[in-house]
Amino acid sequence: MTRVLELDHITKRFGAVTANEDVSLHLEKGEIVALLGENGAGKTTLMSILFGHYTADEGSVRVKGQALPPGKSRAAIRAGVGMVHQHFALAPNLTVLENVMTGTESLWKLRSDRAAGRAKLMELSQRFGLKVDPEARVADLSVGECQRVEILKALYNDAEVLILDEPTAVLTAQEAESLFATLREMAAKGLSLIFISHKLHEVMSASDRVVVLRRGRVVAERETAETSKEELAELMVGRAVQRPERLPARPGAVLLEAVDVSLGGKGAASLRGVSFRLHAGETLGIIGVSGNGQTTLAGLVSGLYAPDAGALLIKGHAPARYDVPHAIAAGIGRIPEDRNAEGTIGDMSTWENAVLERIWAPEFSSGGMVRRAAARAATEAIIRDYDVRGASVDGRIRLLSGGNMQKLILGRVLTAGPDILIAAQPSRGLDEGAIAGVHERLLEARGRGAGVLLISEDLDEVIGLSDRIRAIVGGRLSPAIPAERADAQLLGLMMAGDWTAAERIEAEGEAK
Amino acid sequence: MRFERREHPSASLTLLAPIGAVLAALVVAGLLIAIAGANVFEAYGLILKGAFGSRLGFSETLTRATPLILTGLAAAVAFRARLWNIGGEGQFYMGALAVAGFGMIPALAGLPAPLVILLCLIAGAVAGMILLLLPLGLRLKFGVDEVVTTLLLNFVAVLFVSLMIEGVMKDPLAFGWPQSVPVPREAELPKLMARTRLHAGLVIAVVMALAVWWLQARTVFGLRSRAAGLNPRAAAFAGVPLGRTLVAVACLSGGLAGLAGAIEVMGVKGYVTTDLSPSYGYSGIVIAMLANLNPIGVIGAALFSAVMFVGADSMSRALGIPSYIADVTVALSLLTMLVALFLTQYRIRR
Amino acid sequence: MSVLLDILGSVGMWEAVLRIATPLIFGTLGVLLCERVGVLNLGIEGIMTFGAMVGWLTVYSGGDLWLGMLAAALGGAVFGLLHAVLTVVFGLSQHVTGLGITLFASSFSYYVFRLAVPTSSSPPTVEPFRAYPVPGLSEIPVLGPILFTQTAPTYLALALVAVLAYGLYRTPLGLAMRMTGENPHAVDAQGIDPIRLRIGTIMAGSALMGMGGAFLTLAAFNSFFPTMVQGRGWICVALVVFALWRPGRALLGALLFAFFDAFQLRLQTVVDGVPYQLFLMLPYVLSILALIAMARRARVPQALMQPYRRGER
Repeated sequence: MTRVLELDHITKRFGAVTANEDVSLHLEKGEIVALLGENGAGKTTLMSILFGHYTADEGSVRVKGQALPPGKSRAAIRAGVGMVHQHFALAPNLTVLENVMTGTESLWKLRSDRAAGRAKLMELSQRFGLKVDPEARVADLSVGECQRVEILKALYNDAEVLILDEPTAVLTAQEAESLFATLREMAAKGLSLIFISHKLHEVMSASDRVVVLRRGRVVAERETAETSKEELAELMVGRAVQRPERLPARPGAVLLEAVDVSLGGKGAASLRGVSFRLHAGETLGIIGVSGNGQTTLAGLVSGLYAPDAGALLIKGHAPARYDVPHAIAAGIGRIPEDRNAEGTIGDMSTWENAVLERIWAPEFSSGGMVRRAAARAATEAIIRDYDVRGASVDGRIRLLSGGNMQKLILGRVLTAGPDILIAAQPSRGLDEGAIAGVHERLLEARGRGAGVLLISEDLDEVIGLSDRIRAIVGGRLSPAIPAERADAQLLGLMMAGDWTAAERIEAEGEAK
Repeated sequence: MRFERREHPSASLTLLAPIGAVLAALVVAGLLIAIAGANVFEAYGLILKGAFGSRLGFSETLTRATPLILTGLAAAVAFRARLWNIGGEGQFYMGALAVAGFGMIPALAGLPAPLVILLCLIAGAVAGMILLLLPLGLRLKFGVDEVVTTLLLNFVAVLFVSLMIEGVMKDPLAFGWPQSVPVPREAELPKLMARTRLHAGLVIAVVMALAVWWLQARTVFGLRSRAAGLNPRAAAFAGVPLGRTLVAVACLSGGLAGLAGAIEVMGVKGYVTTDLSPSYGYSGIVIAMLANLNPIGVIGAALFSAVMFVGADSMSRALGIPSYIADVTVALSLLTMLVALFLTQYRIRR
Repeated sequence: MSVLLDILGSVGMWEAVLRIATPLIFGTLGVLLCERVGVLNLGIEGIMTFGAMVGWLTVYSGGDLWLGMLAAALGGAVFGLLHAVLTVVFGLSQHVTGLGITLFASSFSYYVFRLAVPTSSSPPTVEPFRAYPVPGLSEIPVLGPILFTQTAPTYLALALVAVLAYGLYRTPLGLAMRMTGENPHAVDAQGIDPIRLRIGTIMAGSALMGMGGAFLTLAAFNSFFPTMVQGRGWICVALVVFALWRPGRALLGALLFAFFDAFQLRLQTVVDGVPYQLFLMLPYVLSILALIAMARRARVPQALMQPYRRGER
């Protein structure tokens, strides 16, 4: 075997934060290495250094023995390193061929040789079994097809080393499986691959070797065949994972009921005939691959949209208006899916962020005037009770870490004592400690009798917190199964749209 | 070279930004004066003397600042909600025209002056509002960017004024000059200083600045409009009615610009012409930015601009430097202010 | 009715269409270039003013007409560079920066003009571009005088439409430019620096705006006076939306526009009872209507008005 890629003692700091510390890593020809680590472990930074987006403070990168000049993506491309970004680097308004060909010819050539480009693309597409239509507009492609284009783009640049950043984050289970099959085939044909992931099962099934990164350092390296999920989990987190204990549910009255709701997605996937019931004192988990209507469902329950057809009943009644103030006034607490884009306004102060969604309440305003003293006092209480670190009442909320921002959001929602809690991706992008805190709060709310609607893409989270679980696929909800019956395999089937087993289980439950 | 966002932009830096910006603009303008062959210090001395050196000069500066405060406020409130109202100039003219038109109503004659003044001010503000609600409607309904439409409407508005003052509103006693009939005597704003042009409009403008400050800092509307501007998606999630908030902001912004036009007619000119505004509307944008969109800061920024305009006129007469140097300086200070604000938020790293 | 037909049938009117369209073609192509790489350039109004002034001044001071055009292009490029530094390098608001450039470039132009030409009763004039009948082609009846008896800058503008249409859609550089306007991260990932590409393109686009301005003083008229650009720059910004960011449609839009303008100018003189101001409003109103018509159909460059900073998403 020959080493195609070596990273030697890479260190990278951003201000006071050390993103990578003394990281060394190598890749053999024809090998698939998984780079495993939690959010914020420094995986993406490391790969960005390799690809020339960042310059390392210390250390060097060598491709086939040749040192790469730092900070030049062009050099990395020429040396045969290709990167498939997690957020696709594609232009939706251009065609597949145009996306692939950008930057592959000398900029000063007077004519772009499209025929040759198309021929090369088709040849690659055939050789690796990556089917695409070169003239299709990227905006019209599915997520899986977009990823194919990304991979083809790298191959078109004659990449021999391929780096994939969280390649399955946006794929369905089947798409992910076929992706890994393709990767295997590519490795067999002599390409070398690194894929970044925090999902244990795919690391176990698809890699030859695993490198575990924690807090910017390499903490372990294992041959995949000689390790286990459990060992990797512990290595990744640094301690045995402990999820808070869940007491048995005591479901009460129906608090929230969707009756055959259809809703055209505003820029996201639509809902088609969604029905569910949420009881007091239970958690209903909605699992699904991103882009299947979760955002729209969360928006519906949060009061952002009215149903196009069907009804959303809160405690048995349709609200006078489907809008945010009515939703909140009816007792719905909302934890948004994107803290930075939706949950907070970065350049406003902590207190403004804490009270904005309830500014109409007499508690916080009278006669159109903001009751600043009350608002600030309430914010101070949240900061204290929910242990929001680094926050001051008047400071801009942008400065908070993700975990503390989430604590503030939880605080503003839960101090209002909501009967219904909608939590969309509540632990996305948080570290283990913060996740445990969020979960504890959600269980607490359920414990005091609130109904919790948990929308998540994280299997462990959904199984750990929910009493009943439904999958969302293409804007439809699967039958509900009790959490005790859920395992990765069954949920995988449900998320893929195969509901026969789930239907059977639901029928059993009703028979009882 | 790369830029790094400052974690804690210091308040003193932010306060210093406009001063640095103005100084930088004055240095560049000084170069232009020097190139023209004049002594820069003498020129700036003359500008200051022209603006402050005499009772008349001082009153002129304040008179000039009055409409600028209002158009500056108009831009500031709109920009804060990310409503790109570049149509201050057109709204100014519509406000002016509305007062002249309103003054033609015969029934006004018997009414007490304060009431007539109030009604005229309202008429001007409403006219400004309408001209801004039009492009806002196009944005909300069709998604048409308001920047270009408000800009284009400025030209339409001035042509409309021209149409009216050469048509139904033409003053028959103006020897054929295209100007509107004068506003009735009752609608004239009282003078603040005898034998000068300084009028009560200044008080109105300052009161408006304070009121806008209060509105933004203390009311639910202020909080919501700022939220809508900073992050519309998060604002919508928090239940801020985006459309309604923008309409309210547009009423305020257009109203203030219309008010500026009304006050200029009622306080200074007495009638409307198509050269009533030496681009007060456009200067308002500079003033708003220079004030960092702060309503109280608008007063200071408007004064700076007024000093430049009034001072440059008298300096120009003495030294032969084109008085356009004032426009150059004011425009430059917008660009330097943008850079200064950037530097308060980012630090430059090698 | 016969009046309308007389106007539409007159060769003079059709010949005027291309002349009126020329500055719009330059300006629209300039805006189009900038927006194709993702940057709104509201500096156009001021840059056209500066081009008009500096072009005229160059010729007035004894320079060749083409030297005047060149000076206007260079002047435009310099203001373009300023815009690019502020919006691309610093990532400042493109709206406000553009307006700032317009205010600065126009007032600077007036200042320099007044320095060079202290107040006089009648504005001094230069000998402008003369119509250049293309040998052979100008002999064609009707079409000859309309299309081939124009001034040289008009032919240049038409040629530029073809060059840009080809360049944007058929060359690697054009593809990289379009990609930059859609997704600068993608361009960066392919090893091209989107920041340098943006700066260069904005300078080129602004140079075209400058030449559009110079056409006014060196071909359409023969003197410079303040406020002579009269919102033509803003109309170009609207025309780019109407053109759906395509050079060919930009030409079409400019011609359509110029047609209405030429038509209303002639209509003014023959129609009684309608105030001339209504005719003058027409271009601006038409621009707004064009914006409304295209608002929903427009496939806006996705990265328009989004500053690009490495490592920030």
